[in-house]
Amino acid sequence: MKSVQRLALVAGGLAVLAIVAFLGLRGGADRPAGPAGPPAATGALYAVVLEPQQAMPAIGEMKDWVLTLRRPDGTAVDGAAIAIDGGMPAHRHGLPTRPQVTADLGGGRYRVEGLKFSMGGRWELRFDISAAPGPETVTVVLDM
Amino acid sequence: MKAVAHLLALATIFLAGCSDLSDGERRAAASMALSRLAPPPPDPSNAHADDPAAAALGATLFFDQRLSRNGQVACGTCHVIDRQFQDGLPLGRGIGTTDRRTMPLAGMAWNDWFFWDGRRDSLWAQALVPLEDAREHGGTRAGYAHFMQEQFGERYARIFGPLPDLSGLPAEAGPFGSPDEIAAWNRLTPEQRDSIDSVFANIGKAIAAFERSLAHAETRFDRFADAIAAGKRPEGNAALSAEELAGLKIFLGKGQCATCHTGPRFTDGSFHNTGVPPAAGLPADSGRAGALDEVEADPFNCLGPHSDSGPQACGELRFMARGEGLVRAYKTPSLRGAAARPPYMHAGQFATLDEVLDHYARAPAAPAGVSELHAFPLSERERAQLIAFLKTLDDPTGP
Repeated sequence: MKSVQRLALVAGGLAVLAIVAFLGLRGGADRPAGPAGPPAATGALYAVVLEPQQAMPAIGEMKDWVLTLRRPDGTAVDGAAIAIDGGMPAHRHGLPTRPQVTADLGGGRYRVEGLKFSMGGRWELRFDISAAPGPETVTVVLDM
Repeated sequence: MKAVAHLLALATIFLAGCSDLSDGERRAAASMALSRLAPPPPDPSNAHADDPAAAALGATLFFDQRLSRNGQVACGTCHVIDRQFQDGLPLGRGIGTTDRRTMPLAGMAWNDWFFWDGRRDSLWAQALVPLEDAREHGGTRAGYAHFMQEQFGERYARIFGPLPDLSGLPAEAGPFGSPDEIAAWNRLTPEQRDSIDSVFANIGKAIAAFERSLAHAETRFDRFADAIAAGKRPEGNAALSAEELAGLKIFLGKGQCATCHTGPRFTDGSFHNTGVPPAAGLPADSGRAGALDEVEADPFNCLGPHSDSGPQACGELRFMARGEGLVRAYKTPSLRGAAARPPYMHAGQFATLDEVLDHYARAPAAPAGVSELHAFPLSERERAQLIAFLKTLDDPTGP
């Protein structure tokens, strides 16, 4: 009887530890959604990929980014005029800076300067693109 | 059965220690510890920003009342050394009364923008404005240049190089003085103005070098957050009370305070319209929106002739945001030490933290522009919990 009781205690203890471990490890809902790849979006005319030129900048850090612009079939789009706007819709505010495309690097690649995210959370970047295929606004969502 | 009771008791203690905060809350709290604050970013526009001799001269100038029209106002008059470098008044008072709350100075070296509306883009450019404001120090830049030559000529020269030839220049002249002083300024040649401006700019650079040394002190919250970050149970004075912990959860959760009051400085350094009412008796104030043209035109900005950097270091100014969203937007202040320094907001509109929190919970419509706030239910008990948490951010050694 004693050994059965001990077994029950051990089992109970393990169950408690399992619960503790579960509580300690869970928290997916709290965790910021980490992007699987670089932020990207595809519209009817254009596919946009945005990548930091070097390491991913920290919150509040202004770094250069490279925007790659292609047609949906993968053809690079050069010579585009691109305006950038955006913000955090959930917090009703815009971007803390006014980023601009400052260089056409060729091969559908453009340098974006002046981009900064001042807080963690979901940001929207809207790219107003004008190039040979036509005008289109493509919105990229980033989770910082 | 006794053993089961023991085990359950142990598990309860363990759970109480670990599950008061969720994983996300623990991560957020750890990210706001002072120990996570990176060293201050360099200020390439000020070649003397980290020069100890410049900082020592700046400290002298900061407390020197002779740098004023009436000989009674120093930077330290409003930025009071033993009061977190602020004055506890709704509106700063120099020679006259300003229309803004005096800011505390700890951590200023981390800012991109200065003043509540960011109308200057460096600490040294900021330091120059009160010197010429008739309500603050009320002097003229020609007067200050002569003063530096007479009182600090050798120290100045050792740091910044030889003073320009100021002989023959009027004793008082500047673009913001009396009509006579403005006329005297307008009569100067561009070269003469540039000589005066260069000495004036270096006064700002010395004061900025001193102000860069003013850092935040470690608080009870920091000890708590360090323990959490290390996976330890906060003990002794690192432990927060149940009330403080509940306040932290509101701060991170339904209060959404940490949206803007984020990171180790408890500020995103950015500008937001939070629907703060105008202060009675003051002229119309559009906040950040009204400061954009001024900082862009400031001859002492990062792109100006007295900046020590090239344009590459001036990203904040070159890519400065504009737009309707900045109407009545003001800079997010750090909350470190905030509980100990009422009144609150850019013109001291709220006398107590209770008033501040009631405002945020109610989220009234903005007097102009659009408030970014979302209303949330906050009971009196929860308000007390939030205030208890904010007090853990007070410097335990100071007011």
